Amino acid sequence: MESAMTLTSNTLVYFVALPLLSSALLLLLGRRADRWGHVLATTVAGATFVFGLIELFAMVGRDEYSRAVHQKVFTWISVGSFQVDAALLLDQLSICFVLLITGVGTLIHIYSIAYMADDPDRRRFFAYLNLFIAAMLLLVLGDSFLNLYVGWEGVGLASYLLIGFWNKKAEYATAAKKAFVANRVGDLGLSIAIMIAFAVFGTVTFKGIEEQAESASQAAMVAIGLMLLLAAAGKSAQFPLQSWLGDAMAGPTPVSALIHAATMVTAGVYLIVRSNFIFDNAPTAQFVVVLVGAITLIFGALIGMAKDDIKKALAASTMSQIGYMVLAAGLGPIGYAFAIMHLLTHGFFKAGMFLGAGSVMHGMNDEVNMRRYGGLARYMPITMVTFGLGYLAIIGVPPFAGFYSKDKIIEAAFNLGGTKGIIFGSLTLLGAVITAFYMTRVFMMTFLGKKRWSDGAHPHESPFLMWAPMVLLAVGSVASGFLLYSGKRLEYWLKPVVDKHGHSHEEFLSHTTVTTLALSAVAIGVAIAIMKYRGDVPTTAPENVSPLTKAARRDLLQDDFNEAVLMRPGQALTKVLVATDEKVIDGAVRVVAGAAVGSARGLRTIQSGYVRNYALLILLGVAVLIAAVWVITA
Amino acid sequence: MDISYYLYLSAILFTIGAVGVVIRRNAIVMFMCIELMLNAANLSFVTFARINGNLEGQMVAFFTMVVAACEVVVGLAIIVMIYRSRRSASVDDASLLRR
Repeated sequence: MESAMTLTSNTLVYFVALPLLSSALLLLLGRRADRWGHVLATTVAGATFVFGLIELFAMVGRDEYSRAVHQKVFTWISVGSFQVDAALLLDQLSICFVLLITGVGTLIHIYSIAYMADDPDRRRFFAYLNLFIAAMLLLVLGDSFLNLYVGWEGVGLASYLLIGFWNKKAEYATAAKKAFVANRVGDLGLSIAIMIAFAVFGTVTFKGIEEQAESASQAAMVAIGLMLLLAAAGKSAQFPLQSWLGDAMAGPTPVSALIHAATMVTAGVYLIVRSNFIFDNAPTAQFVVVLVGAITLIFGALIGMAKDDIKKALAASTMSQIGYMVLAAGLGPIGYAFAIMHLLTHGFFKAGMFLGAGSVMHGMNDEVNMRRYGGLARYMPITMVTFGLGYLAIIGVPPFAGFYSKDKIIEAAFNLGGTKGIIFGSLTLLGAVITAFYMTRVFMMTFLGKKRWSDGAHPHESPFLMWAPMVLLAVGSVASGFLLYSGKRLEYWLKPVVDKHGHSHEEFLSHTTVTTLALSAVAIGVAIAIMKYRGDVPTTAPENVSPLTKAARRDLLQDDFNEAVLMRPGQALTKVLVATDEKVIDGAVRVVAGAAVGSARGLRTIQSGYVRNYALLILLGVAVLIAAVWVITA
Repeated sequence: MDISYYLYLSAILFTIGAVGVVIRRNAIVMFMCIELMLNAANLSFVTFARINGNLEGQMVAFFTMVVAACEVVVGLAIIVMIYRSRRSASVDDASLLRR
C-alpha cells in the first residue's frame, strides 16, 4: 500500500453551500420568488455540476494516490477527546456520486420546469429539490460518519417534503409519513453504529476508523456492520424496510426519478461501499449484506411483475436493482466497483424511464394504470425511444449500460465460490429473468398493442424541456456502461478507496459462460413476456390469479406483515400504556387529590363565618384543655 | 364572710358572659358579654391576690384593664364600620369576609 496523500481545498464547501443558500432564499422569499425561483434553482444545480466536472478533471490530472481532496470547514464538536470537524472529503468514490447527483439532478431540474409548470407551488418544489441536492452532496462528501449522518437526515427530510408535496391529498401525506417512519428505523441503525464506532475507536472519521479497523474486535465490527446495514436497508428500501418505496411514488414524478430511483435510495449502497473497511473485517455482516441484497432483488422483481401502476412497477424495479447493488457491495473488494458501476448506470436508465413515465402521465391526464395505456408509441415517439433505450439498458442487452454492470455482478456472485456462489449466482440470474419479464411487460403495455385509454385522453408528446433531459439520460443509458467498463476504468479509479490491498480472486465461471447465461436469462424473460402480452390486455386486472400474484399486488404482504407484527401490537401496547397512565398513575394522583378535597370539604363546614360558632369552639377547646390538664395532674 | 363567695360570683359572671357571647347576635350585647367575662376574670385575680396575700394578681388585673380598654377601642370601631356598611349590628349578617 502506497502512502496516500490528501490535498486540502477551500472550495468544496460550495458544493453544499450553494444549493442550500438557494433553497433557503426560495423558501424565505416566498411568493416573491415565484417568477424566477425555478431558474435560480436550476442554475445552481447546473453550477454544482460544472463545479463537479472541474474537480473531476483536476482529480484525473493527479496521480492515483493523491486524488482525494479534503476541506475542514469548521470545528463542530470539541469535547475532551471527542473532536469532530465539519469537514468534507472528495475522493474517487465521492466524485462519482457528486457527478451523478448534480448531473441527473440538473436534468431533472430542467424537466421539472415544464412538468410542474401548471403547479402554483412550483417555487417551493424547486426549493425542496435544491435542499435535497445540498443534503445529498453533504452525505457523499462528509469525511466522517457524523457529517454523513447530517446529510443522511437531510435527504430524509427532503424526501419526506417531496413525497408529500401534494399533501392536500390525505393518502399522499400518509405515504410521506410512512417513508419518514421507515427511514427513521434505518436512521436509528446509523446512529447506533456511530455510537459503537465512537466507543470502540474513539473517532468517527472514515480515516480514523479505517486505520484501526484491522485490530478491532470481531464482535464490534459485526455489530457496526449490521447496524450500518440496517441504515442502508431503511434508506435504500431493502428487505425488511422496503415497504415505503412503493408508496413514495405519491410524489411528483421528477422526485421519483431523482430521489427514489437515481440518488437518495442508493445512499445505502454508498454507505456500505464507503464503510468497506468495516465490512471487509466483518465477514458475518458482509454475508448478511449479500443475503439482504439477494432477498430484495427477488422480492422487488416479484412485486414488479404484478403492478399495473407504471410508477409502482418502476419503483419495485428500483428496489430490485438496488438489491443487485447491495449484493455486489456485500461481496467485498471484488464487488464494490461493480456495485458503484451498476448504481451509476442505473441512475441513468432508471431516471430516464421515470421521466418517460412522467411524460406519458403528462400526456394521459395523470393516468398511471398501464392497463389504460397501450399503443402510445405512435403518439409519443420520443418518449417511446428514450424509454425503450432505458428498457434495453435495464434488462441487460448489450451494448447498453445495464449489460456491463449487471453482468459483472452476476459474475462476481458466482465467483463467491462453493455453494454460496452457486446459490447467489443463480438468484441474480433468476432476477435477470424476472427483470426482463416485467420490464418487457411495462414497455409492451405502455407503448405497444391496441389503445385502451378512455375517450377523454388525448396523448401527445411532451414539450422540449421535458424530452431534452430524457434524451440526454437515454444517451447515458446507452453509453455509460461501456465507458465505465472498458479497460476496467471504474475498477482502477475506485481501487485506492475500496481495494487498497489489491485483492485477487479466483474465477469459478469464465466471463464468457456468465455472459451467455445472463443473455439467455434475458432472452427467456423477454420471450415469456412477449408470449403473454402480445394479445389484448384486459383493462381491469384479472381476479383469477395465483396466490403469489395476489400477494405481489399487495407488495408481497410486507405491509400486512408490518401491520400485524409491528403496528397492531404497538397500538395494543400504546392502549395498555395509556390505560395504565390513566388508571394507575392518574388514579393515584386523583385519589390523593380527592382525599385532600374531601377532608377539606369536611373541615370547611367549621368555617361558617358565624362569630358565635367560633366562640363556642374556643370555649369548648378551653374546656377540653382544662379537663385534660386536670386529668393529667390529678 | 367566706372569701370563696367572690370566686363563685366570678364563675357566675363568666358563665353569663360566655353564654351571652354564644347565644346573642347583637354585636354590642356580645361586646358587653366579653367585658363581663374580662371583669369576671379580674375579680378572680383580685380574689386570688387577697387569698395569697401578694400583689401579683392585682397587677395582672391592671393589665387586663389595659387590654380591655384597647379592645374596646378596636372593637367599637369595627362594630361602627360594620353598622355603617350593613345598617345592622347583627354578627350573623357579617358571616362572610366579602360583601
